[in-house]
Amino acid sequence: MSLFQEAALVAGKDLRIEARAKVIGQQIVPFGLIVLLLFAFALDPDRGVLQRVAPGLFWITVLLALLLGVSRSFAVEAENGARDALRMSGLDGSSIFLGKASALAVELLVFEALLTVGVVVLFDVRLASLPPLVVGTVFATVGLAATGTLYGVLAAGIRARETLVPVLLLPVVAPVLLGATRSWESSIDGVPGDAWPWVALLGIFAVLFVGIGMLAFGPLLEES
Amino acid sequence: MSAPGTDMVSDADPRSGERLMAPVARRIVGVLALVTLAALVIVGLWVAPPDEFQGDAQRLMYIHVPAAWLAYLAFGVTAVSSALYLWPRTRSLVWDRVAGASAELGVVFTALCLLLGSLWGRPVWGVWWAWDARLVTTAVLFFLYLGYLALRRVPATLDVRAKRCAIAALIAFIDVPIVHFSVTWWRTLHQEATVFNPELDAEIHGTMALALWIGVLAFTLLYVYLLDLRYRLEVLDEDRDERELEAAIADRVQGGPPRETVGASS
Amino acid sequence: MTDVGYVIAGWVITAVVLAVYWLSILWRIRRGERSEP
Repeated sequence: MSLFQEAALVAGKDLRIEARAKVIGQQIVPFGLIVLLLFAFALDPDRGVLQRVAPGLFWITVLLALLLGVSRSFAVEAENGARDALRMSGLDGSSIFLGKASALAVELLVFEALLTVGVVVLFDVRLASLPPLVVGTVFATVGLAATGTLYGVLAAGIRARETLVPVLLLPVVAPVLLGATRSWESSIDGVPGDAWPWVALLGIFAVLFVGIGMLAFGPLLEES
Repeated sequence: MSAPGTDMVSDADPRSGERLMAPVARRIVGVLALVTLAALVIVGLWVAPPDEFQGDAQRLMYIHVPAAWLAYLAFGVTAVSSALYLWPRTRSLVWDRVAGASAELGVVFTALCLLLGSLWGRPVWGVWWAWDARLVTTAVLFFLYLGYLALRRVPATLDVRAKRCAIAALIAFIDVPIVHFSVTWWRTLHQEATVFNPELDAEIHGTMALALWIGVLAFTLLYVYLLDLRYRLEVLDEDRDERELEAAIADRVQGGPPRETVGASS
Repeated sequence: MTDVGYVIAGWVITAVVLAVYWLSILWRIRRGERSEP
C-alpha cells in the first residue's frame, strides 16, 4: 500500500471511532462555546472589546480544543493494546502519523467551523474577506494537528501525559497562534492583503511540522 | 573507570564517559571562572563609567548580555548533542547526558536573563516587561526548555528517555527561529514607541565594552565548569537509578508475597 | 528605588542564584558519591 493509502486507513479508523463516540460534537464543541461565553464574562461585552479581540479568543479556544483532541487521539490507542497493534501492523510510521494527524485536523476543522458561527453570533464579528481567512485557518489547523500528533506520540506511554503535553506543545505552537490571529484580524478588519504573509508563515509551519512528524513519529511510537 | 573525555563506545558500557574533562582541568576552569567573575565585578560595578542615557542601570547589561549569550550557547549545545545522540554512528549516552546538563544550565541562565532584563527595564523603560520581540522570544525559549526538563524527569529507561528528549530538544531548537521571526515581524508591524529603542544595539566603547567581554568570558568559563559538574551528577543519578531498579527487581524475584518480618528489609 | 538599587538587586540575585545552584550540584554529587557501593 502506498503512503497515502495507509494514512487513509489510519485516518478512517480514527474518524470512525470519533463518529461512533461523538466526542467532538457532544463534548468538545460545547466546551468551545462555553469558553467563548466565559470570555464574555471575563471581558467587557459592552465596549466593543470582544469584537476586537475575537480572533485571539477564537484561536486560544482552538488551542484548548487541540489539547483535548490530542489527548483523545492517543487515549483511543491506550486501550486494549491498540498501540502494540499499531506497531505490529506493519504500517509505516509516517503513514500512521499522516493518518492520525489528518483525522485530528478534520476534527479540528469541524470544531472551528462551528466555533466560527459562535464567534460571529456572540461577538458580532463580520467576516469580510473569506479567502485568506479560510486558507489561513486550514494551514494553521494542519500545523496544529501535526504538532499535536507529534507530541501526543512522544508522551504516549507516559502516565503524566495529560499535564505534560500542554507544557510541551503550547510554546511550540505560539507562532501559529500569532499568525492565525493576525491573518484573521486582517481578514476581518484590516487590509485583507496584509493577511497573506501571515498565511504564508502558517503554511511554512505546517509543512515543516508535517515533515518532522513523518520522520519522528515512527521512532517515537517504537518507544512508547 | 574509563579514561576521561567523551567516549564513542556503544551503549553496551554506559559507565564509559563518566566525566567530560579531567578533574584537574575542571578545577583550573573553575578557578579561572572565579577570577574572571571577580574581574567582572570590579570592572562592571566600579571601573566602567555610568552610561550617559541609562545611568548606572547600564551595569546590569554586563551580566544580562552574558546570561543571554550563555542561554543560547547552552541550548545550542543541547541541540547538537541531541542530534549526535540520534545519529546512529555517534549514538552514546554521553551525548544525552550533555544535552540534559546543558539544558538545565540554559534554563537557569535564561531565567536570570529575563530577570535582569526586567530589573533593567524598570528604571530605563519605566516598565517591568515589554512585548518586544527579543523579550518575547526569550520567554518562549524559557518555556520550551522548561518543558524539556519536565520530560527528562519522566521515569523511563535511559535509551527511551534519551531518544524522546533528543527529539523534543531538536523540535524546540527548530522552533526558536520561527518564534523569533514571527514575533519580530509582529512587533515591527505594530511599531510602538521608540521607547523600546535599541539601546541594546548601541555602540559601546572603552571600558564598557571591556566589561561586556569580561562578562561573556567569565560566564562561558562558568558554563564549562558547571557543565562538567552537572554531567558528573547525571552519571551518578543514572547509577543510583540503576542500582535501585536492580534492588527492586531482586526483591521482587526473591520476595514472593510480602512477609511479615520483625526486621523489616530495606 | 534608585537606579543603583536595581543594579545591586540584579547583581546580588545573580550571585546568589549561581552560588546556590553550584552548591546544590556539589552537594548532590557528594551525596551520590557517598552512597556508591
